[in-house]
Amino acid sequence: MNDLMPVAVFFGSIFTSNILLANYLGMCSFLSVSKEIETSAGLGAAVIFVMAVTTALNWLVYNYILLPLGLDYLRFIVFIVVIAGFVQLVEMIIERISEGLYAALGIFLPLITVNCAILGVSLFMVIRNYNFINSFFFGLGSGIGWFLAIMAMAGIRKKIAGSRIPRGLEGAGITLIIAGMMALAFMGFSGMINVT
Amino acid sequence: MLSALLISVGTVTGITVFLAVILVISEAFIANYGEVELTINGSKKLTVKGGRPLLGTLIEEEIFIPSACGGRGSCGLCKLKVESGAGQYLPTELPWISKEEQGENIRLSCQVKVKQDMAIRIPEELFSVKRYQTKVESIVDLTHDIKELRMKLLKPDFIDFKAGQFVQIQVPEYKLSDESVFRAYSVSSAPSETGTVELEVRLVPEGICTTWVHEYLKEGQEVTINGPYGDFFLRDTERDIVCIAGGSGNAPIKSIMLDMAEKKNPRKLTYFYGARTRKDLVLPDEMDRIAQSLVNGKYVPVLSEPSDEDDWSGETGFVTETVANFLKSGENTEAYLCGSPGMINACIQVLTDKGVPEELIYYDKF
Repeated sequence: MNDLMPVAVFFGSIFTSNILLANYLGMCSFLSVSKEIETSAGLGAAVIFVMAVTTALNWLVYNYILLPLGLDYLRFIVFIVVIAGFVQLVEMIIERISEGLYAALGIFLPLITVNCAILGVSLFMVIRNYNFINSFFFGLGSGIGWFLAIMAMAGIRKKIAGSRIPRGLEGAGITLIIAGMMALAFMGFSGMINVT
Repeated sequence: MLSALLISVGTVTGITVFLAVILVISEAFIANYGEVELTINGSKKLTVKGGRPLLGTLIEEEIFIPSACGGRGSCGLCKLKVESGAGQYLPTELPWISKEEQGENIRLSCQVKVKQDMAIRIPEELFSVKRYQTKVESIVDLTHDIKELRMKLLKPDFIDFKAGQFVQIQVPEYKLSDESVFRAYSVSSAPSETGTVELEVRLVPEGICTTWVHEYLKEGQEVTINGPYGDFFLRDTERDIVCIAGGSGNAPIKSIMLDMAEKKNPRKLTYFYGARTRKDLVLPDEMDRIAQSLVNGKYVPVLSEPSDEDDWSGETGFVTETVANFLKSGENTEAYLCGSPGMINACIQVLTDKGVPEELIYYDKF
């Protein structure tokens, strides 16, 4: 088992190994939804919640079902099923209990089911041999990191909305370049905490 | 080997089945909103199954709200006023709803789910909107780029519409479109012809529906349409009527004139039709005959670029100029315009200059 402090894993996954900017996972919704700050905040919050909970759930499934049976090679398919089932269940519950929460967050949940960052976090947790507490904080931290990244991107895109961008670079083009520069900036954190 | 296979398949199946069972149970308890009451326009009450989007719930009750995208929230057409029971606006609605509309509780009916008793407003005319199975009776060339499409209604075999309204044709998937789409066309036949619907379709290069009608549709083929829609129809007043159209904008005007002729409507009507050359005129002889059959009607075709072989002795120039010459004072006039946005905007300018009250200028832009 990896014997890092949970707090190190938590901050490390937000900054030094940001799931989006250091690993480039979860790009598709990052590019398409980051047009507006409010929508980005809703999606980001949904990612934080789902990542934290599914990582913990998948840790339990992996360590108590797959490992004892020697089936760890099936983790991809099992993790995907767990994430999809969980997200759908949560959407149903949120829609029932809170209208405000559904409008702010629930509407994005189906988008997240297919977000590769969520699956990625569960797989990293296995590769890095985290214990349960660390897995939870790793999921939570990665979600917060993703939230920060998309909020920063939404802010920048709002700022450049009126700028004159060469036609060939409009939309996804300029967004990818900005994401690349942000990734370079986040590289400045690398080596401060090692989460692997 | 066999036991390893059984264990792995069994585990994945077990986990999947477990999750599926949880979902089925929660679907039955959490997502079950039971039966709810839908109150339409304050009087009509329907008991429906809750939990589904408003648009689909209404379709099941045979109430059709115009929608082009089929409920994906990408066309913004299926707006309805929801007086109570809709909850707050969803992010998927907001791109289509303006600030003023938010104040009036206008919602996108394909996004709002019916979860509790709900009170909604539906324009009265939408109640007569139905889906019709039809069969193509004839397709005839009216000009080099406009075809007349006549469809016999099969089921239901009767349509009740106001002259000037439009229907939507459902174009199936074919070479130009990977999904079924709806396109709107004005009805050109008289409302008294309740068993057939006649449209005038102008070929637009690369147009999904127009290409389909012009090049793929054959006589005898079955077509689904729905309608009637629209508030472009003759108002019941005593005023003189000016109609101005261009291109396939002839269709609703023809329907209005046929209707007036049948009802022996005594109002004065002048119909200006703008085209480039003689070969662009839609049914000039028939339109003239219909105008003659009115109590007080006149058909004025206007050519902007008559060619030499046209041998044209009628009005020339832009239709707006002719209207300005003919119309002395517009104070006792109301106008019906159908054509391109450019033409309509120019006509509104001329008509208001002549004193036609702006709120009495009705138009269909396409």
